[in-house]
Amino acid sequence: MSTNKIFLQADAIEQRIRDMSQTLKIRLEVQQIDSPAMIGIHTGGAWLAQRLHRQLAIPETLGTLDISFYRDDFTRIGMNPEVKPSHIPFDVDDRHIILVDDVLQTGRTIRAAMNEIFDYGRPASILLVTLVERSGRELPIQPGVVGLRPPLSLDQHITLNGPDPLSLVIGGSKRAARSESNQAQAQAGRDP
Amino acid sequence: MSRPNIQLGREGGLKHFLTIDGFSRSLLTDILDTAESFTGVSERTVKKVPLLRGKVICNLFFENSTRTRTTFEVAAKRLSADVLNLNISTSATAKGESLLDTLRNLEAMHVDMFVVRHTDSGAAHFIAQHADPHVSVINAGDGRHAHPTQAMLDMFTIRRHKGEFTGLRVAIVGDVLHSRVARSQILALNTLGTSEVRVIAPRTLLPAEVRTLGVHAFHDLEQGIRDVDVIIMLRLQKERMRGALLPSEHEYFQLYGLTEERLGGAKADAIVMHPGPINRGVEIDSQVADGPRSVILQQVSFGIAVRMAVMSMALGNQAQGAVR
Repeated sequence: MSTNKIFLQADAIEQRIRDMSQTLKIRLEVQQIDSPAMIGIHTGGAWLAQRLHRQLAIPETLGTLDISFYRDDFTRIGMNPEVKPSHIPFDVDDRHIILVDDVLQTGRTIRAAMNEIFDYGRPASILLVTLVERSGRELPIQPGVVGLRPPLSLDQHITLNGPDPLSLVIGGSKRAARSESNQAQAQAGRDP
Repeated sequence: MSRPNIQLGREGGLKHFLTIDGFSRSLLTDILDTAESFTGVSERTVKKVPLLRGKVICNLFFENSTRTRTTFEVAAKRLSADVLNLNISTSATAKGESLLDTLRNLEAMHVDMFVVRHTDSGAAHFIAQHADPHVSVINAGDGRHAHPTQAMLDMFTIRRHKGEFTGLRVAIVGDVLHSRVARSQILALNTLGTSEVRVIAPRTLLPAEVRTLGVHAFHDLEQGIRDVDVIIMLRLQKERMRGALLPSEHEYFQLYGLTEERLGGAKADAIVMHPGPINRGVEIDSQVADGPRSVILQQVSFGIAVRMAVMSMALGNQAQGAVR
């Protein structure tokens, strides 16, 4: 029952990501962070993180996180069949972490990601970077760097498709008001 | 034929794990893939994920076990579940009834999952049939019938070392007759598309219907392990031996014990596996068990990840939204 339409094409998204790199670079300089480590959240956040990581020439290997084991809705919707291993190839202790995701809506994914990061160690700080910040927050979570803030109603949902080329798609469905992780389930083909 | 597989939930997902029999290649592959995601958890500062927080898992062991019970317990704890360990010696007389009574009592404590080991074949299946619909049952070994999580951790170990199952030649050596592990391994290997599965044992330790399992039977070890990629040694199950199936342990070692010399007949990169506990000098020489081709201790570590996968998949499918 959803009508999907392209909201932003690859060229425009890549330009936004380059702008985000610049903003992030300044931000890191201001905060005097000279050796940050970056973690991208599967799957869309990892695509975005790969680009930012390359553009900022961060020497530390990029980490990836799959928050399936940390979701707060496991007892309601069960195991994500598409779960990927998390891979944090550096010591998290006392590290300044740049956490990257594609869309920030409810904030539940970020809460889960932070819980997982803390099971690897105690970071010095976590800075959240998202391509899209939209309405619908259910937790007090604030991004540090944002690519765009589209005015969306609660019954619309926005999804990053990729990895190459990237596109942002907007669709309307009655499931849209649910959390991002539910949407991930829907994309994984679980919902009828 | 038309009887539904009680192991599967309404949407075809894993609900109970009682036997490999009746599972598709894709479901077995899902279990292996999910287990792969869990391996990293053991290497972190906090070796725990909150997935099964608030769930109660009961290890119901009617038969002795150290390794299997411990790895199930570790797996459950790494998933943040609460664990009850019950070791119950079987009362041979009032089996059916006492089993049900035990079950009802434990259900009253709001157990979400039973991990069952029993000397009788079919015990886990019986419990699955009689348990509350929201309860999952995992078979941790029933009589001579099945030990599916052991088979899956063996498959995981093989896949880690060899990649695909297609093209592989796997030999299972030893007491196949008494081995629930061997039965589950053969089913899993064939379901996953292994090119050739061999069993190697004296005639007295092979079941009569062995060829119907889809294996090639050998009675000579040197002949049987020629050019194999994987050798799985089985423990000589002294406690299950009834009657004179073997002349002596010494003679068994002479004929079927895996030594460095005999291992030379397998492929140069062949791996040696054993479900444990090993009888050194009976079915395997210490030099081989502790040697570079042995992956026996890796099997134990992988067993935790595989059990985490099976537990979380089964309880995940019991989730309200998943069972629609």
